[in-house]
Amino acid sequence: MPPAKYKVTYIEDGGKAHTVEVTEGWSLMEGAVKHLIPGIDADCGGACACATCQVYVAPEWQAKLPPKGEMEETMLDFAPDVRPTSRLSCQLRMSAALDGIVLNLPKSQH
Amino acid sequence: MPEKIVIIGAGQAGQQAVQSLRSEGFKGAITMVGDEAYPPYQRPPLSKAYLLGTFERPRLFLKPDAFYDEAGCELLLSTSAKAIHRADRTVELTDGRLLAYDKLLLTTGARVRKLRCPGADLPGIHYLKTIADVDGLQSVFQSGKRIAIVGGGYIGLEVAAVGAKRGLNVTVFEAMDRLMARAVSPQLSAFYASEHEKAGVKLKLNTGVEGFEGNGKVERIRAGGQTYETDIVLVGIGVIPCQELAEAAGLACTDGIMVDQNARTSDPHIWSAGDCTRHTGREGQEIRLECVQNAIDQAKHAAMAMTGKPKTYSEVPWFWSDQYDLKLQIAGLARPTDTLVQRGDPASRKFAVFHLRDGVVAAVEAVNAAPEYLIGKKMIAEGKSVAPEMLADLSIPMKQMG
Repeated sequence: MPPAKYKVTYIEDGGKAHTVEVTEGWSLMEGAVKHLIPGIDADCGGACACATCQVYVAPEWQAKLPPKGEMEETMLDFAPDVRPTSRLSCQLRMSAALDGIVLNLPKSQH
Repeated sequence: MPEKIVIIGAGQAGQQAVQSLRSEGFKGAITMVGDEAYPPYQRPPLSKAYLLGTFERPRLFLKPDAFYDEAGCELLLSTSAKAIHRADRTVELTDGRLLAYDKLLLTTGARVRKLRCPGADLPGIHYLKTIADVDGLQSVFQSGKRIAIVGGGYIGLEVAAVGAKRGLNVTVFEAMDRLMARAVSPQLSAFYASEHEKAGVKLKLNTGVEGFEGNGKVERIRAGGQTYETDIVLVGIGVIPCQELAEAAGLACTDGIMVDQNARTSDPHIWSAGDCTRHTGREGQEIRLECVQNAIDQAKHAAMAMTGKPKTYSEVPWFWSDQYDLKLQIAGLARPTDTLVQRGDPASRKFAVFHLRDGVVAAVEAVNAAPEYLIGKKMIAEGKSVAPEMLADLSIPMKQMG
């Protein structure tokens, strides 16, 4: 049986929305890269080493996310335009609970 | 006529260059030639999650195929370059085709260093660099099998960790007196040795390999004057830069294709980036870096220079290695003469070793210690001096020092 896929909506800083399907278990960063979503650079390929995959998670989805790890927390300290809703999308895994999640992208990752 | 850029080598640096050339506004034609059957993919997971089986192949690819279509990059895979004709500005492929270029980028990477000893050609002796290598190893990498790993560096130890996790009987043979001797401080070597031993991995230090024996396939390894039975051998003894094309074309090469701080070779129409290059680092010494950071950053600098916006490459190098649940992150380049300052207790499996040079942070090695790594890296970039006793004091948060 092929792995399940769930919907994610990535919204560019300019407002353009992309709704795509992301495979269960993949990170939301990988989902964006796979679908060529502009605004997620992901220089390091998901090693949590570059903080260039920052997203803003809509408040209603916040509670469904796992808490930030120390690495993510520290990486975000160094990212531009960080907000209380900021997460690194390489640290978020696609699952049924996140089906339909909406992620806003920052103006720049650098 | 639109300008033509040819890229030889379809790895991480090549892919980054395609992306950066377009984002820097290059409007001409791009052709990328790669000798593997796959479009550019991430190599770091090969010796980690991909070998373990928790990271499927489609996830390795740096970009989907649509990226190359949208970027207008012609991808010639399973294709090798045979020669660079600098006078005509053409690349000759092994199938006889000629590709004309205005500017050429060499991202040819590195290949594994092969063992040369009796029996080194026996079937069952594996190396690890490509998807195909791991797929070959994977088929025999089974619980209960004995694996002899030659080389206690990053690759060997990552495979050892995966092997131990998968229930293989693992022995590591290392010619030096400590693990990862080329890459980390003695403190780190000792810590990793104890972690591997706890996981059941047998370590044979100061033990050079003398040869292999077997009937039709490898069955025994001779090392340090003794003979050990084994089912599989994995060799991880470093890589050699792929510089033959450049060398044959008369470009300056000395254990790597020589490039300046704009990634330009000794030919003004040819640039080079990634594992295949040697450049003058930020501390003024000539270095060859084998890492994702250099592939990405040097390729970006090559793209900037190729589009007429050169910027000096002086990023701090960084590296990582995953073994068991330990995330090792290193920034900067250490020297044996540095003063070492330890922060945190290795027994807690969360600590860092800072390397100070004339009081300034020159490198940091962090194990499961994100703030130490990230703030340390920032300190290195800024050339920050810090009192050793402050660094060693866990009651002072890293943030206060950065």
